[in-house]
Amino acid sequence: MEITVNHLMFGLFAAMILVFSVLTVTTRRILRAATFLLLVLVATAGLYFMLNYQFMAGVQLTLYAGGIVVLIIFSILLTSHISQKFEPVGWKKSYFSALASIAGAILCITTILQHKFQATTEAAKEIDMKLIGNSLLSTDRDGYVLPFEVISVLLLAAMIGAIVVAKRKKKD
Amino acid sequence: MLNAGIPMEAFLVVSTLMFFAGVYGFLTRRNLITILMSVELILNSVNINFLVFNRFLFPDKLQGHFFSLFIIAIAAAEAAVAIAIIINIYRHFNTINVEDVDKMRY
Repeated sequence: MEITVNHLMFGLFAAMILVFSVLTVTTRRILRAATFLLLVLVATAGLYFMLNYQFMAGVQLTLYAGGIVVLIIFSILLTSHISQKFEPVGWKKSYFSALASIAGAILCITTILQHKFQATTEAAKEIDMKLIGNSLLSTDRDGYVLPFEVISVLLLAAMIGAIVVAKRKKKD
Repeated sequence: MLNAGIPMEAFLVVSTLMFFAGVYGFLTRRNLITILMSVELILNSVNINFLVFNRFLFPDKLQGHFFSLFIIAIAAAEAAVAIAIIINIYRHFNTINVEDVDKMRY
């Protein structure tokens, strides 16, 4: 098997995701954790590009990497000191959590590797913006207009809820 | 095709490891914001799975693509509400350490 550019790209993104997601959950400085999370999300967008889902990669970059990480960094600045360091996790807790996570990972990976996945033989459909827009607003069998509208209401409710919860109470 | 020559299982193994890194963070972290970051890791790995299954098993359909699109929208809403709650907790208790926030009753 020869190594192609695809393999190198996939290896790069996979290594970035693995290293930085472990660093996100183990680093003791909170702002560094947010930065590592940003790098994980960017590498995930790279994986989406490799799968030929350009629209999803763009959404991932703008919404996750651009929106949620900025929100998290703002809340870090509002609630903690930048140079604040966590105390190290107790060995008992970190040992048992690592044990549970590793056992779960081994279980899932062996299941994935043993299962025979059956792919369809239908021709692949190229996903362009026109197709995405049409299916989001179509009422046909493969249309997504109902979830689209429900999610609009959900976003509105979340926005109002966030404002009401975070608003400073009037002193009386 | 950019994914030519890469088996589907490779993508799935990467997303599995990311998921369990998130689980480890969720179990060990004490700070509410870092717990939220672990949840984002978990959601993100599920998104990868949806897109990989869509691309490799059912390339003629769009379900996985739209499912992960809606998951991203819900994750954004969830992060906004969670951060509003965290800021409110900080105003009340002056800390966001989960062990010190022992009374959520208003």
